[in-house]
Amino acid sequence: MKNYMNLELLAISENESFARSAVAAFALTLNPSLSELSDIKTAVSEAVTNCIVHAYKSNKNPENKILLSCQTHEVDGVGELHIQVSDYGCGIENVSEAMQPFFTTLSPSERAGMGFTIMQAFSSEFLVESEKGKGTTVKMIKRISEGGKSEENA
Amino acid sequence: MKISTYVKSGILHIVLDGEMDEYSASSARRETDRLIDLSPPLEKAYIDLEKVTFMDSTGIGFLIGRYKKLQRLGMEVYLKNPNPTADKVLSLGGIYTLIPKV
Repeated sequence: MKNYMNLELLAISENESFARSAVAAFALTLNPSLSELSDIKTAVSEAVTNCIVHAYKSNKNPENKILLSCQTHEVDGVGELHIQVSDYGCGIENVSEAMQPFFTTLSPSERAGMGFTIMQAFSSEFLVESEKGKGTTVKMIKRISEGGKSEENA
Repeated sequence: MKISTYVKSGILHIVLDGEMDEYSASSARRETDRLIDLSPPLEKAYIDLEKVTFMDSTGIGFLIGRYKKLQRLGMEVYLKNPNPTADKVLSLGGIYTLIPKV
């Protein structure tokens, strides 16, 4: 591990922008391309939104917290950002069903059901661990390509 | 997120400006729907995404909701100028099969 940060924040939607910007700022030491940075922001936004909307059902209880922990690593010369987003909310009964594109437990008229699909597509590795009644942890790894470095240095 | 509308060449342009996430979506929904209700009856609407600096999957839900409303009012709906970030999310969500890009 080269670097880390741990952030605990209240699970309210006002914090979505802060959470994704904080992770993006932390990732800057890996010298990501603009597109990698934007992937990181989108994936974190999806994960944090899930905690707020699904795990805690948008209930603004001051006890509802999100833990955001990030590390940077270098594996065989390639920079990696490891992101872990945890909540202590309701948990997911059936993770494989929740991961299906377009699956949503909320009103489908305004919900895309694409959160997990986007996290998966925008990260290099993706894993969900959940226990009903205990909470959910999403783990993502984003590899920062050499292409990104040369683009930034150009 | 700021929402504005204007009519040009008989087309209703809906301009979104700012970050679209769960936090900004509910007021953006209300404001967009209010502006759509104020619009004269037209055949076509463009939703302009050029000034959208961030969008997650909340944006897909938002656009589908507005598409349904505009369609009920008899308007064809198109998306305009998504930046690469929004474009990636929208392509993944298959939104262009429902609301084509112009």
